[in-house]
Amino acid sequence: MAATVKCLVWDLDDTLWQGTLLEDGEVHLPEEVRKVVIELDSRGILQSVASRNDHEHAWARLEAFGLAEYFVLPEIGWGAKSESVKRIADRLNFALTTIAFVDDRPAERAEVAFHLPEVRCYPAEQVLALTDLAEFTPATSTVDSRRRRQMYQAGFRREAEREAAPGTDEEFLRSLDLRMRIGRATGEELSRVEELTLRTSQMNATGVHYPDAVLRELITDPRHEVLVVTLTDRFGPHGAVGVLLLERHPGLWHLKLLATSCRVVAYGAGATLLNWLADTAARSGVHLVADFRATERNRMMEIAYRFAGFEGLDEAPCPCADVLAPAPEDGGLQRLHLAPGPRVVSTVIDVAAPDLNTPEGGPATP
Amino acid sequence: MSTPDTHTLEKELLEFLEGRTGTAWDADTDLFDAGGLSSLFAMQVVVHLEKTYAIAVRGADLRLDNFRTVRRMAELVARLQAPAGGQHG
Repeated sequence: MAATVKCLVWDLDDTLWQGTLLEDGEVHLPEEVRKVVIELDSRGILQSVASRNDHEHAWARLEAFGLAEYFVLPEIGWGAKSESVKRIADRLNFALTTIAFVDDRPAERAEVAFHLPEVRCYPAEQVLALTDLAEFTPATSTVDSRRRRQMYQAGFRREAEREAAPGTDEEFLRSLDLRMRIGRATGEELSRVEELTLRTSQMNATGVHYPDAVLRELITDPRHEVLVVTLTDRFGPHGAVGVLLLERHPGLWHLKLLATSCRVVAYGAGATLLNWLADTAARSGVHLVADFRATERNRMMEIAYRFAGFEGLDEAPCPCADVLAPAPEDGGLQRLHLAPGPRVVSTVIDVAAPDLNTPEGGPATP
Repeated sequence: MSTPDTHTLEKELLEFLEGRTGTAWDADTDLFDAGGLSSLFAMQVVVHLEKTYAIAVRGADLRLDNFRTVRRMAELVARLQAPAGGQHG
C-alpha cells in the first residue's frame, strides 16, 4: 500500500483556482476545491503552494479567499517547481516519498517528476477526487492530526524566535514556558503515540518495538504502567511526544520502553523524563533498570541515560536485578541500572505526573 | 606524561564553548554547577567531540563527570584518540 501523503503541494493558476492571476486579473475559487483543502487539513495532511506568480499578489488572493492559513511554507516565485517542492520537503523534514504535487500543466509535473521521482504528481482534473484516494486517507484520526497544521505553524514561529533570541539555548528554553504532562495511557492516547511512531523517527531508547496491541493490553495490567507524555509551550501544543512502559517488581522498576519524538530532543525531553523517573523511584525506595539497545537513532538517549547516572549492570552489578528474567540472547540488549536519589527534575520544563504509588483508577479497595 | 595535544585541545574546546554560549570560560570551571549549562548542552558537546575528533565515547566514559570541565573533556579526547596498541615516539 502506498504511504500516506504528509504534504500536498498545490499549483495555484487553473489548479487551486480557475484562471491565471497575472493574465486574467480575477480568478475564481470553486467551492468544491475549498472543501478539499479543508478536508485534507482536517485529516492532518499539510498543504503548501508552488506557484509561478508574484508572491504578494498571489498571497493576497489566498487571504481574500480565506485559505491562506491552510498553507504552510508557500513557494510563490519564478524558480523551478522541483526546487520549490524540495525546499518544502526539506523544511518540513519529510521524506520526498510522502510529498504530493498537483498542477494542471503536464510540463510542470514532468519537471518535478524528473528531478524528484519519489514525489507523487497529480493533474488538476483529479483535485476533487483526491479525498477519495487511499494515500490521502490516514488510518487514524486523533486530536494531534486534526490540529497538525497549527502545531507546525506554532513550530515555525518558535523556530524563528529561537533564531532571533539572544543568549543561551537554556535561557531561550526557559522563556518557552514548557509544560510536560505525564499521564496513564488511555486508548485514545495510545493512538496518538502510534501515530507518532508511524510519522516520525522516534528516539526509541529501548530499540525494542512494542506493538500497539501489546501496549493496549498492558494498560489494564496492574504490574505495568503505560505512560503517555505530552508537551506544550507558549506557542502551543507539541502533542503526544513520548511513551514509557514500566513494570513493577519488588524493590525495582523495570523500564522496558522509553521513546520520545525526535522533534522534542532539543528541549531535553528524554533527559527530563529520566530525571522524573529517577526522582519518583527514589521517593518510592526502588532501583531502576532500563533496557537499552543501541540503534542508529538513539545515541542521544544513550547519552541521556548515562548523564542521568545509569550504569551498565555488566559494569556495576546490583542484586536488585535478580528478579528480572535474563535479557533475551538476541544480542545488543543492555541493561542499565540506577540506584536513584531525589533530584531536580528539570530547570526548564514544568512536569506534572501521576503518583505511581497510587494504583491506577484511584486507591485500591480492600 | 601529558599528551602534547591536551593544551591545543583545551584551547579549541574553549573557543567552541565561547562560540556556543557567548561567554568566555576557564578550563577548570564546572560548566554545569557553576556555569549553569544544561545537561542537554552537554549532550550536544558529546556529539561535537565525537564528530570533531573522530572518537567514540562509549559506556562508562559517558559519565557527566568527564564533561564537567574543559580540562576533563580534553583529557578524555586525548585518551580516546591515543592508538589502542600503545604509543610510539
